Amino acid sequence: MEHTLTAGSVTGDRPRPEKNYLNQTTGIWSWMTTVDHKRIGIMYLVAISAAFLIGGVFALLVRLALLNPQHTLFGKEWVTAEAYNRFFTLHGVVMVFLFIIPSVPASLANFVLPMMLGAKDVAFPRINLMSFYLWCAGAVLGITSMVLGAVDTGWTFYTPYSTTTDGTVSLMTMAAFVLGFSSIFTGLNFIATVHKLRAPGMGFFDMPLFVWGIYATALIQILATPVLAITLVLLMIERAFQIGIFDSRIGGDPVLFQHFFWFYSHPAVYIMILPGMAIISELVPTFCRKTMFGYRAIAYSSVSLALVSFIVWGHHMFVAGESDLANVIFSALTFLVAIPSGVKMFNWLSTMYKGNISFETPMCYVLSFLFLFAIGGLTGLFFSTLAVDIHLTDTYFVVAHFHYVMMGGTVIAFLGGLHYWWPKMTGKMYKEIWGQVGCLLVFIGFNMTFGSQFIMGGQGMPRRYFNYLDQFQPIHAFSTYGSWVLGSGLFLTAINLLASLKMGEPAPDNPWGATTMEWQSSSPPITHNFEEQPVLEHEPYDYRPRTVTHV
Amino acid sequence: MDWLRSALLPLQGSEFAKEIDLMYMAIFWLSVVMFFALMVPMVWFSWRYRYVPGRVTPHQTHNTALEVFWSVVPLLICVGLFFWGIWGYMHFAVGPGESMEIQVTAKKWLWQFEFPDGTRAVNELHVPVNKSVHLVMTSEDVLHDFFIPDMRVKRDIVPGRYTEFWFTPTVVGEHTSTCAEYCGKGHSDMRAKVFVDTQEKFDDWMATGGDEWMKHPPEEWGKIQWDQKGCATCHTIDGSKSKGPSWKGIFGKAEKLKGGASVTVDENYLRESMLQPQAKVVDGFEPIMPTFQGLLRENEIRGLVAFIKSLQ
Repeated sequence: MEHTLTAGSVTGDRPRPEKNYLNQTTGIWSWMTTVDHKRIGIMYLVAISAAFLIGGVFALLVRLALLNPQHTLFGKEWVTAEAYNRFFTLHGVVMVFLFIIPSVPASLANFVLPMMLGAKDVAFPRINLMSFYLWCAGAVLGITSMVLGAVDTGWTFYTPYSTTTDGTVSLMTMAAFVLGFSSIFTGLNFIATVHKLRAPGMGFFDMPLFVWGIYATALIQILATPVLAITLVLLMIERAFQIGIFDSRIGGDPVLFQHFFWFYSHPAVYIMILPGMAIISELVPTFCRKTMFGYRAIAYSSVSLALVSFIVWGHHMFVAGESDLANVIFSALTFLVAIPSGVKMFNWLSTMYKGNISFETPMCYVLSFLFLFAIGGLTGLFFSTLAVDIHLTDTYFVVAHFHYVMMGGTVIAFLGGLHYWWPKMTGKMYKEIWGQVGCLLVFIGFNMTFGSQFIMGGQGMPRRYFNYLDQFQPIHAFSTYGSWVLGSGLFLTAINLLASLKMGEPAPDNPWGATTMEWQSSSPPITHNFEEQPVLEHEPYDYRPRTVTHV
Repeated sequence: MDWLRSALLPLQGSEFAKEIDLMYMAIFWLSVVMFFALMVPMVWFSWRYRYVPGRVTPHQTHNTALEVFWSVVPLLICVGLFFWGIWGYMHFAVGPGESMEIQVTAKKWLWQFEFPDGTRAVNELHVPVNKSVHLVMTSEDVLHDFFIPDMRVKRDIVPGRYTEFWFTPTVVGEHTSTCAEYCGKGHSDMRAKVFVDTQEKFDDWMATGGDEWMKHPPEEWGKIQWDQKGCATCHTIDGSKSKGPSWKGIFGKAEKLKGGASVTVDENYLRESMLQPQAKVVDGFEPIMPTFQGLLRENEIRGLVAFIKSLQ
């Protein structure tokens, strides 16, 4: 069969194969022992969604506790300072370690990255499964620590508070330690896959930009995560054996812990945001039906962000007792981050220029991302300017800023990517209109919740505060109402996606008319992804009309 | 545009605050301009190039001149902000030749200030207006952070070392300082009042501790101390449970102590518990109260005892 592929056309109405990766084998055991990257991706997706739900409930509890300064609900005081401290700690720990770090790489990338390269699986399928079970082990440890008493240290575990507080800190740090290894294995797997399993004819600069973003992420995962492991082990040694490392009373230095912690956790911020940017780089050309503008610049900017991420950790510590010289150097280096981030923004926008743009749910998330990430990025300028940082650090301005980047950036991109690849993953189409309404509600709720926090932060409202001055009451209440809108948007989105599994129309192989290789498989793909080894025929985002041949 | 500044930032209480605010507003407007520079094309392209079936898009792969332009211009802006930022930072981190040095000790969950002549105060920092103040800070337990929003100054307080900063208050009156580094249960109640006084009023306060106490009956003076000296963080006055025993009805009661002994709560026991709190700890409570030896003036102890007596 031969036909001309034009921009926006939908290919792939081949007969659907009877057996696909979902029904090739059946039963719980076949899933638990699978080494298929697609099944592992789905299991990760279920697992991190559960974590997102738990973390989200804690977030709603945090906001509810701050609804009024008396902490009352229907006239009754319902929450204490101790409980509040646990809420925000668990929200942070669950969201960072159980959800957002593994979110895109372990679920979506696990599923689509090998297919984008035309491969049958990742390089080390068994290590991939092991990484999932390590995640589960970490989650079990974390949940045990919550049930047994819960930590109240904040997700940063700053010493000496974390070495002296009661809580089940050892168990929770153990959880983060194990989760770190899960993350390292995922990264390792992707690096090997990208180097060794590309389709015939596919060079590095023929790879989709999603692969570039995940590759850059994987580099950080394997280089930075070991430092977290070392730090947490030192913390546990100090707690268990009273050896002075971070505690000044026994000869240690609390600021050393912060250096170690941020040496991992700043690169970790890029483990979170690079995959988000990577998704956007897929969605923009697909829904604009136009080749990516500045492909190489975007690829290089991902790698340069990964590199710069290793040398800016000190900007978390401008007022923490770091030397003035270090502050000045870290301030300069931090400004460097703005350049590659800006390059990406400009390239995405230029891709839209003279495009042919339709607004299916994934594209709505792209617009939402561009809006929110612009704010998240620009508010970063306030912090890298050393003098202004003094006033704003440790206030709600920080909370707002990193939520605009992490949630407005990564989570929004994740949701966009989820809607984009959902037909491929499940073989079903969701209801477009509810996807769009969900996206809009999330956008409105998000801006209400966190936009207001910029004002509070500038006014001097410190973060992690249970009791606050009455002057902040109206803004706190507004932010809490926003969290309800945000929550209902996410709830609607979940219902829409889940309902599609039962009631959705069968998905075509390439519902969006995308040009990357994963869409050459059937929806859902067969266990080995492709009937025949795909061969690179054109650049990843080539929307020029051309003649294609399907056998 | 002053209304906007005062909506986004607190009162301008120091020289440094004026510098910070200028920078803050400059970056704010820069961000607004940049934001619209990104959003206007986004909205315009979304409308202008909306989907038309069958339309073929141009194959534009890159444009080197354009890409160099939008890398270099932001870089230049960033270089400018960087130098402005360190210039301002130096006024915070490097002090003028002459300033009044005040020692700050933070502990869960109160602030202790020691003035050059040895005068001490809890949760109450008195400084003269238009004079440079140099704070030298340390912590007795975990990390804390001394933050005065009105002065735009903030620095972590680290156990086992000293951190410092300078500021010059310019607005007479009462300001609030807060703890900005998470330190546990009482973190959000760890506030101090910063009184910026005229030189005469400040000198008077240094000499006598002020005459405020003469204006109140003892019970009322005690209640003010309860609020200001940090007692309220751990002791309630309505009988509800907190980190320390509630003061309601405590006077005259026989309290069981750790170790089995008991004591009748009278004036001497109250005084001892303020000055040597670990001597007789009530059963069921942790020995976590810091000593107030040297931190309470006689009139304040008298006031507190009278206040506790009144809570029957």
